Amino acid sequence: MQMAPIRRLICLCGASAWLFRTTSALGQNSSPTTLAPASTSAHQIFDLSIFVVAVTGGIFFVVGGLLAIALFRFRVRKTDPAGEPAQIYGSTQIELAWTVIPLLIVVVLFLTTARIIFAIQDAPKPKTALDVTVIGHQFWWEFRYPKYGVVTANELHIPVSSGSAPQATFLKLTSADVNHSFWVPRLAGKTDLIPNHVNSMWMDPQKPGLYLGQCAQFCGSQHALMLLRVYVEAPEQFATWIKNQQQPALQDPVVAAGRRVFETQACMNCHAISGTAATGRFGPDLTHLISRGTLASGAMDNTPANLRQWIQAPDTFKHGALMPAMQLNDQQLDEVTAYLETLK
Amino acid sequence: MSDYTLPASSVIEAGAFASESGTVLERLHGWVVTVDHKRLGILYILYSTFFLLVAGAEALLIRLQLAFPHNSVLSAQVFNRFFTMHGTTMVFLVGMPFLFGFANYIVPLQIGARDMAFPRLNAFSFWLTAFGGFLLYYSFLGGAGLYGMGNAPDVGWFAYAPLTARSFSPGHATDYWALALIVSGFGTLGTAINIIATIISMRCKGMTLMRMPLFTWLLLVVSMLTLVTITPLTAAQFMLLIDRYLGGHFFDTQAGGSSLIWIHFFWIFGHPEVYVLVLPAFAIANEIIPVFCRKAIFGYPAMVAASVCIMFVSLSVWAHHMFTVGMTSVSNAFFTLSTMLVGVPTGIKIFNWIATLWGGRIRFTTPMLFCIGFLFQFLVAGLTGIMLSVSPWDWQLHNSYFVIAHFHYVLVGAIVFCIFAAIYYWYPKATGRLMDEKLGKWHFWLFVIGFHITFDTMHFLGLLGMPRSIYTYQPDRGWSFLNLVVSIGGLIQGIAVLIFAYNFVVSYWRGKVAGDDPWDAWTLEWATSSPPPVYNFEELPVVHSRRPLWDLKHPDDPDWEYES
Repeated sequence: MQMAPIRRLICLCGASAWLFRTTSALGQNSSPTTLAPASTSAHQIFDLSIFVVAVTGGIFFVVGGLLAIALFRFRVRKTDPAGEPAQIYGSTQIELAWTVIPLLIVVVLFLTTARIIFAIQDAPKPKTALDVTVIGHQFWWEFRYPKYGVVTANELHIPVSSGSAPQATFLKLTSADVNHSFWVPRLAGKTDLIPNHVNSMWMDPQKPGLYLGQCAQFCGSQHALMLLRVYVEAPEQFATWIKNQQQPALQDPVVAAGRRVFETQACMNCHAISGTAATGRFGPDLTHLISRGTLASGAMDNTPANLRQWIQAPDTFKHGALMPAMQLNDQQLDEVTAYLETLK
Repeated sequence: MSDYTLPASSVIEAGAFASESGTVLERLHGWVVTVDHKRLGILYILYSTFFLLVAGAEALLIRLQLAFPHNSVLSAQVFNRFFTMHGTTMVFLVGMPFLFGFANYIVPLQIGARDMAFPRLNAFSFWLTAFGGFLLYYSFLGGAGLYGMGNAPDVGWFAYAPLTARSFSPGHATDYWALALIVSGFGTLGTAINIIATIISMRCKGMTLMRMPLFTWLLLVVSMLTLVTITPLTAAQFMLLIDRYLGGHFFDTQAGGSSLIWIHFFWIFGHPEVYVLVLPAFAIANEIIPVFCRKAIFGYPAMVAASVCIMFVSLSVWAHHMFTVGMTSVSNAFFTLSTMLVGVPTGIKIFNWIATLWGGRIRFTTPMLFCIGFLFQFLVAGLTGIMLSVSPWDWQLHNSYFVIAHFHYVLVGAIVFCIFAAIYYWYPKATGRLMDEKLGKWHFWLFVIGFHITFDTMHFLGLLGMPRSIYTYQPDRGWSFLNLVVSIGGLIQGIAVLIFAYNFVVSYWRGKVAGDDPWDAWTLEWATSSPPPVYNFEELPVVHSRRPLWDLKHPDDPDWEYES
């Protein structure tokens, strides 16, 4: 008699865990799901979550089942005798039991959780770790690689980690204006970017590829289009990328007119292009703008037509973005677009 | 024990409202100047029903925008205003006034008093709350600033600094938001003090603390908790206004201020606030479930103890909203544990409700159906709460749709369900007429189906990585279909609420006449007429147990023989 409910409980827990794992098959492509972890901490969180779902699922089936049975068995019937049912005011023993059992469950859940908290948060930083500083802006991401002197925006490139060559990336996070939150679900849990406050997190992705994420703390009108891309690359590919990013901007005399527009209009107040007079830091660094897949923090693809339209009227893509419409004439627009298109 | 002074019906004539006669203007005037706890209770409930419809409409517009990826029904700016107003309205202008409305109406009746302890403070508190709501919505007209900036608050109901600083929120929208919460907060504090004083000092003869109905007990706990929680919010709002207008730097990160201080202040208010809202929902369930399964509540002392315990534990869990702000591992572990511990007293409550049902004869009337919905949904909400307390998992789930799903399970699945249950249950007491059962069942079934379509689905959107507060999303993220499902569920809930609103209005004239005690219940409010006279009871009752009307109906088997 005692075994039956316990066995059923185990079966149900197993079933719910299986269901959870199957749903994780959804969105194996680049979609930002928490159910397809691709780095150590994301895996640890996922495994912990399965344990928690099994425990809470078990509780749900037991308590919900009792509730359903009570509702069905004790529904009012025509055959009920007259008068009221027997009045029961309580039972100290039973109540003690259902105080102590939940307490024990809490202890188990807490100890399991605490282990993972410390494992992830207090993980020692390996000497080989790559450092990246992430600075949140309304509504884009600034990435700085202090060791390499590289500054880029919105698309983070990091090396892959493998069993033979473990490679972690440690992020230092802060903000230039309001609160933001860095969230790439397949790679790690989120961490907030808070002005006047530095946070840190790490990840060691095990498969190369593109991982999507976005800002997860409401930060103003275009919070929804503060998208985030992480490119995880093989070490040699990453080295090539870094090398390219370290180059100053290409100086192509063919587009000198466009460069003049850039340097004589307001563009350079906010944007930097290394090797030119433009050193603004309010907007993204454009030195290698064309090496990025998207514009305006993922709002649209990086095509010449989109770039031109973005300079002319940012509101068409991202109403409320802090980039103003530049009020350039058609010729200036063509020239400056042609210039920016050379920044590979 | 034989000196019963509790008459079967302590009524002279029903509807002894002094100003029930006269011109429309005179009657309206009577409502404006009233200090009668019952009228103020009704005013609170009408006020929050109105805002329930308003904030519900905002939610539907939000869902319309999110039904498809790259949708453009609402602009980013309008969407941000709507979700800010939806959240702020639902918490401050719907949840709290509803519950204080019930407290106002029911508590004095349940404890056999003629009115609240401070009737004029009561009226003052209501009008402060009402003025707060007016201020918040006046921002649509008065909030516009320079450069066409916002005309209603658009900083989220949590309003994290420094987004609320003048440099990021020009115009007056944020000021209206802060002022509205300060003003309605004072109203809330006044009512809380009033409820505490009433319960402590106005109980009728024989009603010891441990004979109080659980509804009254929980409202006492809630009111004490309110005093503790509203104060930090009000303080933070003052600091915000000082920052915005007097050059303070509390939250000004550019000048060395701290965003984290705001976050702490907000959640020291915000988390106990959840219990301020949900304990009255428990209170309602504690009244309705026993009556409709015809049994005394199981484990009354444990229910009281669990509520008091929840009150204390709830004060130590706020930072579980802050697992991602970069606290130390030890702090994260502490708040994980304290949050999980809330599960123990709430678990006791759920078990006790099931034990109350066990062996009863359950009548599935509309109020009971809503309470049953509450039991299932609160169970799920508690379990997803445990999931969120697991801080590593919360690093994934925080600010995702999973959180939205979880807290709507609490705020709608538990609290709104109980509010509906309470309206169906006490409507006959307040109006003398029953609400229509058939429409009530339509309301329940449509609402429960719509609720689950919407909020069950949202959990999966969160697991799939959809963050909250976004006005649009990309089609390549795998969220499109589920978002459409969520929106359809929202529409079904909207239809259900319209049925409710129709029933609520029409039953006032066409409902079945209820009589004093339509549910065959046991607490004192059913011992007077429906609606009760201004003075509530002709003679103040004397009670000998927790269920005075049970004793009266079963003189051969009274409760006081069993209660310890």
